[in-house]
Formats: sequence, C-alpha cells, structure tokens
Amino acid sequence: MTQPSTIQTTVQDVISALKDKPGALLPILHGIQDALGYIPSDSVPSIAQALNLSRAEVHGVMSFYHYFRSTPPGQHIVQVCRAESCQAMGSETLEQHVKTRLGIDYHETSADGKFTLEPVYCLGNCACSPAITINNDVYGRVTSAEFTNLIDGLEKSL
Amino acid sequence: MSFIVYVPSDSGAISLGANNIADQLVTEAIQRNIDVTIIRNGSRGMYWLEPMVEVATPTGRVAYGPVKSSDVSSLFEADFLNAGDHSLALGVTEEIPYLKNQQRLTFARVGITNPISLDDYLAHEGYQGLKNALTMNPADIVAAVTDSGLRGRGGAAFPTGIKWNTVLNTPAEQKYIICNADEGDSGTFSDRMIMENDPFVLIEGMTIAGLAVGATQGYIYLRVEYPHAHRALNTALQLANQHNYLGDNILGSGQQFQLEVRLGAGAYVCGEETSLMESLEGKRGLVRFKPPLPAISGLFGKPTVVNNVISLASVPIILDKGGEFYRDYGMGRSRGTLPLQLAGNLKHTGLVEVAFGLSLRELLYDFGGGSATGKPIKAVQVGGPLGAFLPEEQFDTPLDYEAFAALWAVLGHGGVVAFDETTNMATMAKYSMEFCAIESCGKCTPCRIGSTRGHELIDSIMQGQDLDKNIPLLRSLCDTLLNGSLCALGGMTPYPVLSALNHFPEDFGVKP
Repeated sequence: MTQPSTIQTTVQDVISALKDKPGALLPILHGIQDALGYIPSDSVPSIAQALNLSRAEVHGVMSFYHYFRSTPPGQHIVQVCRAESCQAMGSETLEQHVKTRLGIDYHETSADGKFTLEPVYCLGNCACSPAITINNDVYGRVTSAEFTNLIDGLEKSL
Repeated sequence: MSFIVYVPSDSGAISLGANNIADQLVTEAIQRNIDVTIIRNGSRGMYWLEPMVEVATPTGRVAYGPVKSSDVSSLFEADFLNAGDHSLALGVTEEIPYLKNQQRLTFARVGITNPISLDDYLAHEGYQGLKNALTMNPADIVAAVTDSGLRGRGGAAFPTGIKWNTVLNTPAEQKYIICNADEGDSGTFSDRMIMENDPFVLIEGMTIAGLAVGATQGYIYLRVEYPHAHRALNTALQLANQHNYLGDNILGSGQQFQLEVRLGAGAYVCGEETSLMESLEGKRGLVRFKPPLPAISGLFGKPTVVNNVISLASVPIILDKGGEFYRDYGMGRSRGTLPLQLAGNLKHTGLVEVAFGLSLRELLYDFGGGSATGKPIKAVQVGGPLGAFLPEEQFDTPLDYEAFAALWAVLGHGGVVAFDETTNMATMAKYSMEFCAIESCGKCTPCRIGSTRGHELIDSIMQGQDLDKNIPLLRSLCDTLLNGSLCALGGMTPYPVLSALNHFPEDFGVKP
C-alpha cells in the first residue's frame, strides 16, 4: 500500500509539472492515475487550487470521463469490448464466461483484490473480434478457453 | 549476408501474438546460426493472415501467415528465408488479390515501412508534400486541398478545403489545428492503423494544415484506448522535432509549428468536435452550440481546424501529387479514396482502401469473402454505432456519400460491421439506445432522457407488450431525438434503431 505522504508528494509533483499547460486538467488527472492507478478524492482540493478551479469543477470533470477512477483498482484490470463488431463475433458468450471466471460483474473488483472488470466500447481491434485487454495488452479473437488460460497464467504468477 | 524478416508491430497483429513470433524467430535463427534481421513493420491490414511474416527476396517480399508459435520451426525447415514452400506460404505480398485490388493513396506506406523510422518515411516519398507546401502561399495550399475534393473522413464529409479557407480568412493572433483521433466508432480502426503504422504522414498533414491557415500550434486528441498509437506518435514527434520537420524553424523556412498529443479519457462523445475542444480545454466534454463554428471560434475561442486523422493523413499526397491526381479517383461528389474497415462477422477482415464507387456487395464478398461463420449475412452496419443497418437488398449500393444518404444511411468513417443470420436486430437496436444512454454528455434532453426511455421501450416491445401503442411511440421518440438533439450522438441514434425496425420488423415481433 502506498503511504499517504507518498501519495501527496506524487500528486504535488504531477501538478507542478503540468499545471502551466493550456487545458491542464486532463493531463494532470492522467498523470495522477498513471502514477497511482487511481485519483484519490483528497487530491481534488490540491488540483482545484493549482488550476484556480472550484472543487466541484474538478470533481465534475473526473466523474464525467469513464476512464478516471477514484478508488484503487485490482492488481489486474480486465477490459472486455462490448461494441458491435465483437458482438457479431460472440462477445456476449465470452462476456458471461469472463464474469463467471472472475466472479465479478462490470465495474467491480474481486474480493481478493486481484481483478477489476471493466466494459470498453471498442479497442480498434475490430478485425480480430472479440477483443479484450488485460493490463493494457490487447488480445484478439479470444475464446472462453483462451481467456481461462490467460487468467490461470496470471494467477500462477501472483 | 543477413536475411531481412518483417513482423508487424501493429497492435492488432500483436493481439494475435506477433511479439512472440518475433522473439521466437530471433531465438530459432540464433540456434540455427543464421543471420536474421527482424524489422517491425506496420500491418498490411489483412488481419485474417496476422501475424503475417514477410521475407525480403530478390523478387520482392514474400509472405507467410497466419503464423502461430508452433509454425516457426517448420518455417525454417521449409527454408522460408529463401521463399521456400510451406503450407502458410502466400507468395509475393503485393500480388495477394486483397492488396493488389486496392488503391492505396493514404495508406501507401502502411505495412511497408518501419513506422517509427524517419529515414524509411523519407525513402518512401515522405515529406514531399511539406516541401512543396513550403514554397507555396497559404491560399494556394488551401486551393490544392479544395481542388482535390477531399471531404472530412471522420464521418460528416464536410469539404476540407472550405473549412481551411474559413480559418485562413479569420484573422487572429493564435489559430489551432486539432486532429480528432478519438476514433470511438466500433468497427473502425483506420485512424489507429495510420497512427501506429505511419505516424509521420499524420504529422506531415497537420504541419501542412498549419502552414495553410497560419496556425502554429496543433493538438492530436487521441483516445486513451490506443496506447500503441500513443507511443508511435510520441516517438515520431520526437524525431520530427529533432530533424526540424516540426518546431520553430521548419526545414529552415522560418515557419513554425508545434505539435502535442493529448489523451482523451474514454468518453465517446468527445469525438464530436465541440465536445472534443471542451475536453482539450480541461472541461467536461459537453457539446457546444453551433454557431459559432470552430473555424471562427474554436479552441480557447480561437479559429480552429478540426479534422479527422484520415483527412489530415490524405493531405501530404495531395500536396505531393496535386489536387487533380487525388480528384481523379472516386465518383460523383465523393472524390479520392476511402479507407474502409471490414469488421465483425467476415472471413477476410481488414483495411481496404479503394476509390469511391465500389459496391457494398463487392466489398463484402470480393474483399471480405462473406461471413466468417459461413452463414448468410443478415445485415451490415456501416459508419459506426450511429450508422444504419443495411439489409441484403441494399448491398448493391455504391460506396458514395450521396448514394448512402439517399437510403437514409451513412458512410461515416468507413467502418463496415457484418452480422450473420443468428443476430436479432431488435437486440441490436436496444443496444444502440443503451450505448447512447451510457455515452450521452447530458446537455440536451432528447439524448439524455430519450436514450434511456428508448432502451426501456424496445425492451417492452421485445416482450411483446402493447405493440400497437409502443411501436408508434418508438418512432415518435426517434423523431424527437433526430430533430431535437444538439449533436450527432442523439441525432443519429435513430439511424440504427429505425433501420433495424424498418428492415427487420419480424425481430420486433411485428408482421412485415
């Protein structure tokens, strides 16, 4: 677990590095999430102050975008594409299998903190549908059996 | 001497194991004491053959694919380095009909070069367009783009030259070029392919746009779902800056243009240009009212060109070979070529760049090879999640903006997703409403509330409840969305919904 003081330092470092860019809020939010995996809600006042915004404005931006998260994710983030091309190639069956295998629904993290499951609307891998990502690595033409293999492999390495 | 072997670094190829294949080829070559150089090229866009490995031979590159880990040893056994025969042998790459029958202008280099090599880019006619542009005055650059007949490839098909001309003629201390790289439409990946496989062509196109309208700052607004493209663009930007293709003094001309990549954050609506600008300004991606047009008051209130990746990536060849050269391709008012993307349930999915005018049927069967499952194709959705579903009776429509508009359909960004006969079109219509509800920015009521009510309504219809009342209600709701929404998200969600209802009423429990 990252110590609160380290978190504050990281947040401050990101803010100081990026606050003078035009339209700095999204780059700052990305910077914090890249460094910590999420955007702690107590970083909102610091961001607001640095950019001369209200806390409500910062919170409003954070909550508008699906990508930003305000709680720590699991160790591994699994995204399943729900868009049309993947549906045409059987993603709904895969989706059900993924939920059963991980024991969680979308937007949930497993009780042991190992996996977070997210829906995604197109990975641009539509020529290799159905597609998923695990920790930003894209996999194409994924079958239920292949998904199980990938997750088994990750669990062994945990 | 060293053998040269190409293994794509495209994320689609990687998603099918290209990185492992590259590693294995190196290991196997070392074990066999053969000197092999691996070049990570872009993908040729024939994804059913990926990972596709190519070998340089005196008669041109020869291809093998799709290569699995278990095939690597046998490729060496078959002497693939000297074009030996193997069950995966595809012959000379350029002679594969899928590639040979295309007219690649925007994608001329894709799959051939190493995407992040400036030398490769220059050796394949790169930066010829910029060199010409540097000798021209801004109005002449705009005129060349206008003459080419290029229309916005993001989907709206607005003439690019007219947009540029407005920005050119709007005086301001600061102007901007924005590349809309928020390619959120499902079934589309041509932007991704350009950015991953030929990033310099986009950078060159944006630099020319800057010279044309007098903008010195550009932003590429890239969706966060494209990490490979992000890396490729940043590497290419660094090289372009180092070699003065960007910066304060472009190729010694005294002209300047700065370029930066900014990441989106998973909001589909930010592909709408005004919402995109709000996001770039660091705000919620709420759609703006128009007018004012972005060309007059755009990013930070300044005149701004907002163009899609493919539009901008088509500019270098226009400036290199002339507007007339580009305009000679195509039909009617749809000039040039369109990079189409075959996705979903098709045997041969991939990138097909052809001149406008090919029929949808030729695209689906001659290029696409029919459905992947072998069952009849029931419908295709063209132009992303806001595009209409077209039934088999409409497959002879030529790929042309006006011909599609006449059918109450859109070509959009050129994505084509095929569905076989097992698909229930009411389910697809319900998904369209659900997607709109998830992605609505919330600013206008028809989209914000209408999408949720539409989702519930189609649910009731699918359960057979009050069809006599609910079907007209769904049509009326679609009419409200169509005419009352602020942007295309709410305004076009009725396209897939109503086309599904009109062409496949039986799936909604209605007698045809």
